[in-house]
Amino acid sequence: MTPTSEDELSAAIKSAKGPLQIRGGGTRGGAGTGTVLDTGGLSGITLYEPGALTLVAGAGTPVAEIEAALAAENQRLAFEPIDHRAILGTTGTPTLGGVAATNASGPRRIQVGAARDFMLGVRYVDGAGNIVKNGGRVMKNVTGYDLVKLMAGSWGQLGVMTEVSLKVLPVPEMIATLRINGLDDAQAVQAMSRALGSPFEITGAAHAPNGPDGHPVTMLRIEGFETQITYRAAELKKLLAAFGDITLETDQDRAAAGWAWVRDAELMKDQPGDIWRFSVKPSDGPALARALGADDILYDWGGGLVWARMPEGTDARASMGGIAGHGTLVRMSDAARGTIPRLHPEPAPVAKITDGLRARFDPRGLFSPVTEPA
Amino acid sequence: MQMPTPDARVLGRKAEIVDRLRRVLPADAVIDDVAETRAYECDALTAYKCPPLAAVLPANTDEVAAVLKICHELDVPVVPRGSGTSLAGGALPTADCVILGVSKLNDVLETDYDNRFIRVQTGRTNLSVTGAVEEEDFFYAPDPSSQLACAISGNIAMNSGGAHCLKYGVTTNNLLGVTMVMMDGTVVELGGAHLDAPGLDLLGVICGSEGQLGVVTEATLRILRKPEGARPVLMGFDANEVAGACVSDIIKAGVLPVAIEFMDRPCIRACEAFAKAGYPDCEALLIVEVEGSDAEIDHQLRLIMEIAKRHNPVELREAKDADEAGRIWLGRKSAFGAMGQINDYMCLDGTIPVSELPRVLTRIGEMSKEYGLDVANVFHAGDGNMHPLILFDANKEGDLEKCEAMGADILKLCVEVGGCLTGEHGVGIEKRDLMHVQYAPADLEAQMAVKDVFDPNWLLNPAKVFPLDASDARRALDVAAE
Ligand SMILES: Cc1cc2nc3c(=O)[nH]c(=O)nc-3n(C[C@H](O)[C@H](O)[C@H](O)COP(=O)(O)OP(=O)(O)OC[C@H]3O[C@@H](n4cnc5c(N)ncnc54)[C@H](O)[C@@H]3O)c2cc1C
Ligand SMILES: Cc1cc2nc3c(=O)[nH]c(=O)nc-3n(C[C@H](O)[C@H](O)[C@H](O)COP(=O)(O)OP(=O)(O)OC[C@H]3O[C@@H](n4cnc5c(N)ncnc54)[C@H](O)[C@@H]3O)c2cc1C
Repeated sequence: MTPTSEDELSAAIKSAKGPLQIRGGGTRGGAGTGTVLDTGGLSGITLYEPGALTLVAGAGTPVAEIEAALAAENQRLAFEPIDHRAILGTTGTPTLGGVAATNASGPRRIQVGAARDFMLGVRYVDGAGNIVKNGGRVMKNVTGYDLVKLMAGSWGQLGVMTEVSLKVLPVPEMIATLRINGLDDAQAVQAMSRALGSPFEITGAAHAPNGPDGHPVTMLRIEGFETQITYRAAELKKLLAAFGDITLETDQDRAAAGWAWVRDAELMKDQPGDIWRFSVKPSDGPALARALGADDILYDWGGGLVWARMPEGTDARASMGGIAGHGTLVRMSDAARGTIPRLHPEPAPVAKITDGLRARFDPRGLFSPVTEPA
Repeated sequence: MQMPTPDARVLGRKAEIVDRLRRVLPADAVIDDVAETRAYECDALTAYKCPPLAAVLPANTDEVAAVLKICHELDVPVVPRGSGTSLAGGALPTADCVILGVSKLNDVLETDYDNRFIRVQTGRTNLSVTGAVEEEDFFYAPDPSSQLACAISGNIAMNSGGAHCLKYGVTTNNLLGVTMVMMDGTVVELGGAHLDAPGLDLLGVICGSEGQLGVVTEATLRILRKPEGARPVLMGFDANEVAGACVSDIIKAGVLPVAIEFMDRPCIRACEAFAKAGYPDCEALLIVEVEGSDAEIDHQLRLIMEIAKRHNPVELREAKDADEAGRIWLGRKSAFGAMGQINDYMCLDGTIPVSELPRVLTRIGEMSKEYGLDVANVFHAGDGNMHPLILFDANKEGDLEKCEAMGADILKLCVEVGGCLTGEHGVGIEKRDLMHVQYAPADLEAQMAVKDVFDPNWLLNPAKVFPLDASDARRALDVAAE
């Protein structure tokens, strides 16, 4: 079904007899069971005020359409949503609802926050067919509980989002990447920590033990006015001198391509195996990577986000030992399907809350849990 | 302002309740003497007062859990309290409640500069969190004006923000994890030193839930390296509209100031009379602050001033040194004190889309004439959070009521133009009954369903946030169950 309004969606949910598969662009593949509920009919930008940094759009709006409208005003989605089509080998058009429902956020997460930090308001229809709104389109709002955050990253378990309002940001005049070659993982994380602990507003910090040119590369991104870039690059070179030679990439296209490579974990494209994504504190990243013994590793978020390509069916979480954090199985082979849960299992008291919320928001259990394979 | 009738069964069991609490807490941590409980009878919204049944001051998570277990078992409502600076009556007790104060929970548990976080007990004050990392040139970004006194626990419960949140965000954007005790005594850990959580973003819901979902005892907070420097510029305009347009042009230009503050003529006059900051006599005044190295600041301020010049400012003043910067901020920072000097006032807190600023100010001006009460406006203009101050005379019969009615009208106006009832102070009891204006019944149901899950008997801070008529049935639930 493809409802074209909230009321139609509400009626459809009320009369649903069995499970529903909420689908935006379907870029995460066709798996899952139940009647497909396509959000494509809930599309279009309804409000865009560049001077107030706000945009409101239907949940089925293609992300590309939003990015194009923003680009025309020299603005952007600062949380840099990931495009997983490369590593998943899927096709389709990622939608705003899909980005919101997966809280998809890229390298700039460390500086500006995740998708959830840019979501100002949502409208959704819950599993009983109720039309609900929360938040709004203003930057500051503490009126009642923040259900916007609850919907962000909820993977469609609590309701079908129909509209999302976003905070957007201006595109900086310039971006640049500082690169250090040849560091081992621990040194790289130290270098990134030092840079992130400086006042120079790093907006990306990644390390690939096996970079695009086949050797270890550590990347730091700075963005701003040209004066800022020049000054900060020089200061960072001084600050990080002990870590080796630093090259500065100021070609805008090449710098952008480098960060898209990190954002989309392109390193793992066209490679076999399962793909995992771990969130830990940065200084634990190298130890985790060692424990995993993965076929490929990529660090983002200053070392705190560890992408790992593992042999099919490996329960990588079992290798975490005492390291605090969690792992998500992003790409699942048939060997992992049904045996390894996609999301990190929650401790009992937390699981109880999650189950309670699902039972309240979706009393008939129409929406799929997040155990489904990619 | 209406509060539910205290539960007679709880009042009648005071001795038993206090006795049970004394068995799990040190003697000086349970306060039941009527005179002493008065210290907890209100928060910074002093118009409403009610001493609690008792107050407890646990010193760690285990003690908090023990207290909640007992109150859960005995059906006693619990009102968590940080430093009591809430302006919305969020920590106002009821006669049948136990106040759970976190003032003894003030340790720093861990500081980690490599991973840029600090873990603290939540009774610690906002400013002393920055104090704990200042030596290494780090700071905790959310900076409510009450930061000297308010506790991290209250900041989390109210999702507090400050003058610099245009750039750094509010509490929810800087909170990484919490240890929280549920009403039944269960301890849960949400988030941690890593950046995102698996599953539902429960941390995001806890933040801003006004002490109704659990008692937060420990928090992991993001800390940031201090900027190299900061400098403000002051600009005066001869119309609110012009100042409003200037704000949106600055934002569009891609400069990201850390703060954009707006004051209207009545506010400028009052502040000037009080603080003598040397502000120009004009309709509207902006203070814009940017950060960075000297050269970076110069560059950004040059851009900002060029934009301002296009709007024919009556005054444009860049701070040349710390002293001048201090003077630019002086008037703004003393705004509330200044208004207090000349009148009684009621400080509102609502948010509007920035583009509606001129229209809203015009309408507030009209209302001011209709009600015969003066209004002065200060705004966090970058994010549309306004604080209209309605001046009245507390000794004059009927003035307070008139003031309250006008306040409600202004907040309704905020909602009407696409904004909301509160940008940073919270709902508490103050705006509880206005929630219908912003939210349809289904919207409130969804929020109350969340409370049902965390606190099925509605014992935690029960008569706040939701209009009494909307929450009646739920609050009666556990009474009916007996
Ligand atoms: C940990 C993680 C794992 C990811 N894994 C994948 C992946 O396996 N495949 C992939 O393509 N992308 C993945 N992404 C990225 C993200 O999902 C995509 O970039 C894009 O946002 C998906 O958009 P879509 O419209 O194609 O969503 P879809 O693929 O259609 O849906 C994605 C999820 O969002 C839900 N959803 C979609 N629209 C709505 C709505 N309006 N209301 C409520 N729920 C909705 C769906 O039910 C589904 O659970 C992942 C991101 C993260 C952070
Ligand atoms: C002069 C002044 C200026 C102010 N300026 C600002 C400002 O700029 N920005 C802003 O956002 N606010 C401001 N405020 C409002 C207030 O300071 C904030 O809301 C603050 O966060 C409250 O903290 P507190 O510790 O005093 O909390 P309290 O007043 O004690 O409690 C506030 C709420 O938190 C709950 N709570 C307290 N402890 C816990 C806990 N451990 N677990 C769960 N819930 C708990 C309470 O139940 C209550 O609902 C100002 C107040 C004053 C008096």
